[in-house]
Amino acid sequence: MDCNKEALELMHKHLDGDITREEESQLRNHLEVCVECQKHLHELKRTITLIQSAEKLNAPDNFAENLMQQLPVEKKHVKYLRWFKVHPILTAAAIFFIFMFTGLLSAFEQDSQLMVSNPENLIIEDNIVIVPEGVTVEGDLVVQNGNLKIDGNVDGNVTLINGKLVEEQGIDGSGLMADVGGVNGELKEVDRVFEWVWYNIQNLFKGIFSIE
Amino acid sequence: MELIIRDKIKQVKKGDHAAFEDIVMFYQDKIYQHCHRMLGNKHEAEDIAQEAFIRAYVNIHSYDERRKFSTWLYRIATNLTIDRLRKRKPDYYLDAEVKGTEGLDMYSQLAAEGRLPEDEIEGLELQNYIQKQIAELPPKYRSIIMLRYLEDFSLQEISEILDIPIGTVKTRIHRGREALRKKLRHV
Repeated sequence: MDCNKEALELMHKHLDGDITREEESQLRNHLEVCVECQKHLHELKRTITLIQSAEKLNAPDNFAENLMQQLPVEKKHVKYLRWFKVHPILTAAAIFFIFMFTGLLSAFEQDSQLMVSNPENLIIEDNIVIVPEGVTVEGDLVVQNGNLKIDGNVDGNVTLINGKLVEEQGIDGSGLMADVGGVNGELKEVDRVFEWVWYNIQNLFKGIFSIE
Repeated sequence: MELIIRDKIKQVKKGDHAAFEDIVMFYQDKIYQHCHRMLGNKHEAEDIAQEAFIRAYVNIHSYDERRKFSTWLYRIATNLTIDRLRKRKPDYYLDAEVKGTEGLDMYSQLAAEGRLPEDEIEGLELQNYIQKQIAELPPKYRSIIMLRYLEDFSLQEISEILDIPIGTVKTRIHRGREALRKKLRHV
């Protein structure tokens, strides 16, 4: 075995714990006959022991204290960004609500014109929608941004948004009766922003959860 | 210990300042020692060790918890020390030709190698002598010898810390051992 090449290679493999059994016995056989290599390996092992005996150095006093004072104060946006990263679900929910509310509010602002859900057979005067006598509205009636006067019949729910029901001061009792009796369903008046938003949310959830 | 550190890191990631101080307390001596041995002086060692911890804190979110924290921290510290060594301007090169001479370089100005290492040791304590020999190794061998024998990392971990292939780690550790053997055989 060549001392400078093979044996040396095996010695380092031995020191790194990489040596195979076969190689180990090769090395052992060689060391038994080669004093030079024995000495070399001994010196290597001693070198390692000497290195390991080197004095341990300690960090100066107050190292941690000084360090903690130097730590950068987090900028606010970093803090928020990190919070968003840590709470992805809440972030998604927050974004969803922001879009939903801005959507609703802008819709509310756009809808300042008079709107009637099914204007057939109805009379519209100024800001008043009139259900004439003898006319029956089939289904629900929604009036937005206008008042409603019911002389005839509505066969369903009535919803008034930003409007009022004009009550005919009846000449006789039957007129008054017609007002109330003319609606064969619920009568709802919505005229404030929050109620309107609430109404929309209800509708949204009804839309989501009712499968018809 | 790894478990406690892992816990602390989770707290730091949530924004807990105090948990980071505990991590610093645990690693400060090791990291400081590493920087000191790489750089050879107290002042720079403290400077770079602090910088290493600050970087670890700022970048804690890029630390992958499946890997060993000490490996990650040492990697930051080692990169910083290597950068610092590169930026240093050497006072002179031994190879440089001395002005006014022909073909004489600084090697020729050094004392002839007549003195036995034993004489040299006399004035120095053994400890200091060993330190000095380690300090004189070129940085690429020094870092590996230190990580292996003073800080007890496996060859695989050293390869991760220094971001070099394990084969290179082995070659360098062999050469580093041989170089130190030559210097320390007479001790």
